[in-house]
Order: sequence, then C-alpha cells, then structure tokens
Amino acid sequence: MRALWRDTALWRDMPVRGRLLAGLLLVLLLAAPLFADRYLLSILILIFYFAYVGQAWNLMMGLAGQLSLGHALHVGLGAYVAAMLWVYFGIGPWLGVIPAIGVAALVGAAIAWLGCRFSIEGVYFALLTIAFAEFTRIAFDHFGAAGGAGGFFVPYQAQRLGEWWNLRGGQWLFYYVGLALATGAVVLTAWLKGSRLGYQWRALREDQQAARALGIDILAAKMKAATISSAMTAVGGVFYAFYYDSLFPAQVFGIGRSIELILAPIVGGLGTIFGPVVGAFILTPLGELLTAALEKLGVNAPGAKALFYGLTLMSIIFVRPDGVWPWLARACGLTGRRSGASP
Amino acid sequence: MTALLSVDAVSKRFRGLQALDAVTLRVAQGELFAIIGPNGAGKTTLFNMIAGEVAPDQGSIAFAGERIDGLAPDRICRRGIGRTFQLVRPFAALSVEDNVIVGALLRRPAVEEARAHAHDTLRRLDLFDKRVQLASALTLPDRKRLEVARALATQPRLLLLDEVMAGLRPTETDRMIAILRALNDGGLTILLIEHVMRAVMALATRVLVLHHGAAIAQGPPQAVVQDPAVVHSYLGAEAFG
Repeated sequence: MRALWRDTALWRDMPVRGRLLAGLLLVLLLAAPLFADRYLLSILILIFYFAYVGQAWNLMMGLAGQLSLGHALHVGLGAYVAAMLWVYFGIGPWLGVIPAIGVAALVGAAIAWLGCRFSIEGVYFALLTIAFAEFTRIAFDHFGAAGGAGGFFVPYQAQRLGEWWNLRGGQWLFYYVGLALATGAVVLTAWLKGSRLGYQWRALREDQQAARALGIDILAAKMKAATISSAMTAVGGVFYAFYYDSLFPAQVFGIGRSIELILAPIVGGLGTIFGPVVGAFILTPLGELLTAALEKLGVNAPGAKALFYGLTLMSIIFVRPDGVWPWLARACGLTGRRSGASP
Repeated sequence: MTALLSVDAVSKRFRGLQALDAVTLRVAQGELFAIIGPNGAGKTTLFNMIAGEVAPDQGSIAFAGERIDGLAPDRICRRGIGRTFQLVRPFAALSVEDNVIVGALLRRPAVEEARAHAHDTLRRLDLFDKRVQLASALTLPDRKRLEVARALATQPRLLLLDEVMAGLRPTETDRMIAILRALNDGGLTILLIEHVMRAVMALATRVLVLHHGAAIAQGPPQAVVQDPAVVHSYLGAEAFG
C-alpha cells in the first residue's frame, strides 16, 4: 500500500487546487443518488462505464502505443463468460469475473504475441484486433449454448433483486459499482504510468528501437500491456452483462462498439490519466441529449448518434489535437509538477 | 590481458555489397577506442553488429568473455553495452528526466532510485537544469548529450557512441570531448565512431581505420594518421600535411 502511494504520482504531484476539486467531485458523485433522479443516474452509470473501458484502452494505446480497434472483443468475452457461468452454473459475477478476466487476458496476450511474432505493427496490428473481434462475433452468432444471434439473456428474477453479491440489484448498486470501477481505473492507470512498466511502455510508444537499445524487452512489454488492458476491459464486460441483462453478438462485439469505447480517451486526451474520464463526461451526456432531443422531435434517425459522435470527434481533434484534458488542466491551473511535462 | 570486447573476423554482405570483410578488433577494459573511415566504409554496420541490430554472416563477437553475436539488442544492453544512435532518437514526448529514467530503470527497478541515478547522470552531462523540458524542445547539442545520458544511465561497461560530435559547433565539440574524457577517466570503456578528427586525436587511445569494409590500419592515433595507406585512401594526401 505504501509503495502504491509512493509511486502514484497522481496525488503527490497534484496541486492543492486539484486535490480540492478531485475531492469535491468524488464527494458529489458519492452523494449523487441522494438527489439525482433515475434518468440522471442512468447517464452517470454510462459515463462511469465509458470512463472505465476507455481507461483500459488508454493503457494500451495511450501509454504503450498499441492501437487496438477491436476492444469490444474483450468486453464481449467478459460479458458472455460471466453471464453464462451465472445462468448455467449459478456462479455469481464476483467469482465469475475471474474466469472472465482470464479468458479475455489470454486472448489479448495471444493477439499481442501474434503481432510481435509476425511483426504486425501500427495500423496492421489494429486490423488484426478488428479481425479477432469480427470472427468472434461470427462465432458467437452460431454458438448455440450462448444463444447464437438470437441473444443471451440473464433472466429477471424478482426474488434475487436484493442480492448485491450477485450483482442483482437496482440502479444504486450499479451506480456505486460503476463509480468504484471508474475511480479504481484512474488510480490503477496513475500507478502503472509512474511504475517501471509505465516507463517502458511510454518508451516503446515513442521509439521502439531506442527502447530496445535501453534493454527493454519489447515483446514482454507489449504482452503485458495487452494482457492488463484486456483483463480490465473484461471487467467492464461483466458489468455490462449484468446491467443490461441481455447480450447480442452483433451489438457486443461489433466494430461500432469498439469505436465507441475509444472515443472518450481520444477526446479527453490520449495517454493522460484523467482524459478518459473527461471524455466520457463530455461525450455521453451529449449523446444522450441528442437521443432525447430527437425523440422529442419525433425524428427517427438510426445513424444520428454515430454521425454526431463522428462530428464531435472531428471538431475536438481539430481544435484540441491533444484532447480536452491537457488544455482544461492548464486552463484551471491543475497541471502537476511532473505530469504536466510528460504525458 | 583479456579484451573486454573482441570482434573476430566478422563479415557482412548486403546483396552485392561487401559491407564488412573479416574485420577484427579488440577493445581492452578502460580503453577509448575509435573507428574512423569514409562514408560507406562499414563503420555503422560494424557498430550495429556489436549492438545486436544485425548479425554477422561470418565471424564472432565476444563481450566479457561470452559470445554475444546474434543476441537481440535488448539482451546486449542487459549484458552491459550501451549505445547511442547517429540520428538521435529521444523519446520526444517525454521530459529529459524521464528519458534518462527509462535507461536507469534497467539496473534500478525502483522508480525513485532510478530517478536519483538519472539526476546524477544528467549532472554529468550538463543537462540537469533542463530536466523538466520535453526532449523535443532540446537543441541538437543537448539532444546529443541526452542520447549519451540515456545510454549511460543503463550503467554499461562498454559505451558505443555513433558520431556524437556530428553537427556540433567547435565549442560544443570541446564540451563533449571533456565529458567523454571524464567518463573514460572514471573507468568507462568507450568505443566511438567519429568523423570529427579533432575529437579522435584528442580522445582515442587507439584507432581502427575502415575502408570498403576492411580494416586497413590500427594503432595509436598519431601513428595511424601518418600511415601511408590511410593518408592515401581516406584522409587525402594534403589532410595532415
């Protein structure tokens, strides 16, 4: 614990104003269920989810420079493994999350290994990740035990509603679990970034050959990045499965899902610790507002949200190529002693 | 006396080009050894071979008594050989300090210890005051010294320097010479490739001259520059009067 504290530059390097703001925000979010209505809470839950999975992706891309465009694969694997263990064997998600992590981490490691073994890098590596997500989607479309294309459902059982230990509960439960996940991901990222592994990742992101000349085992560093990122993403999948109670291969593994989960870190600031959180706080409410507005207007435009996300992404990248957070942090005088210098 | 680095009759052919032809050299512990030669003589190929970027077609390389040819660059670094790149390759988006910490973490897994060691290294390279700057913001002379600092932070027993003086103004060259002199006096073995003859003459204990992939002369710098073969093939008859 003390080592965690010492190596987590997050808090130590944060100016007083930043600590106050972070503390205030956390207290506000902890208290939110007391005054917020169901609709606001549901949006906050979505924000936490996207902040969390965005953070997981950010570890791999933002810190280690490995572009994955198929991260929905790990969401889906985590979701299906935990949901199936629950439905078929009655194994609750708190336990089921472990095999879920295991499966996703293994697949993530295998993809990273293939990439290294056959020198598939950059955009080509991204294509490899898309391919894995796509053929997993197709496999699940035909996987009878998982419901195939018709979907897999976690049954609604009224008598189990209070069982928080089985992730069966109301909105409050998911709200606090989501908040804990998002906060935990921030702390984990900060710790990893300041760790030896974090330095190795950033070196390899900047210049692989130079990193290797400094004694860094590139294969090991890449595989660790992919494994940790996939494992984290799988936990998001478990959350997803038990929050929505229904899984469809096309929705869970689809490339659209993979893109959706990388938007928050890109908008917020790649490789930064708070970027994915800031990005999720910007994008999710905007998307929900758009949906609500369209509903009110009675417009039925299925692609509107995707188009809207695309336009938002383009305009933000145009105005703030480094993402919103680095600019916001400077504007609010929140840049840390060290974190300001090195993303 | 056993050599720290021994390169034995290494050859390398790229398609039709004989880049290196049975080159042999020995670098003793504590030496400051220079490799010179015109462009295309095979210096960088030899250098990359020692650093593990290319494997020799024939011949062998031993470091501290163990074969290292064919090992990957990261393993060679872990054995104790640090290197710089001719075209500097700083981690641009990282601070100067973080660049050096990456090197220091090789032998010191605890980040705070690595940071302390990085600070020591930065002081030796006159970069301490610039430690919070981004590497991308440095001038070329500073980047060259950062390149040395980063390699040095891995605590090598042998430091390979690829044209660290290239592109420096005379005052900066003198500064680099003084730094390398101090490192060598501290017991570090250095192998350098250099075009700047002033630096070679000032620093090297021994010099190897490559020409068309072959070693044409070897010895103390004063003797080598007067060697007729060297004068004619490389330096030009008028170069040293």
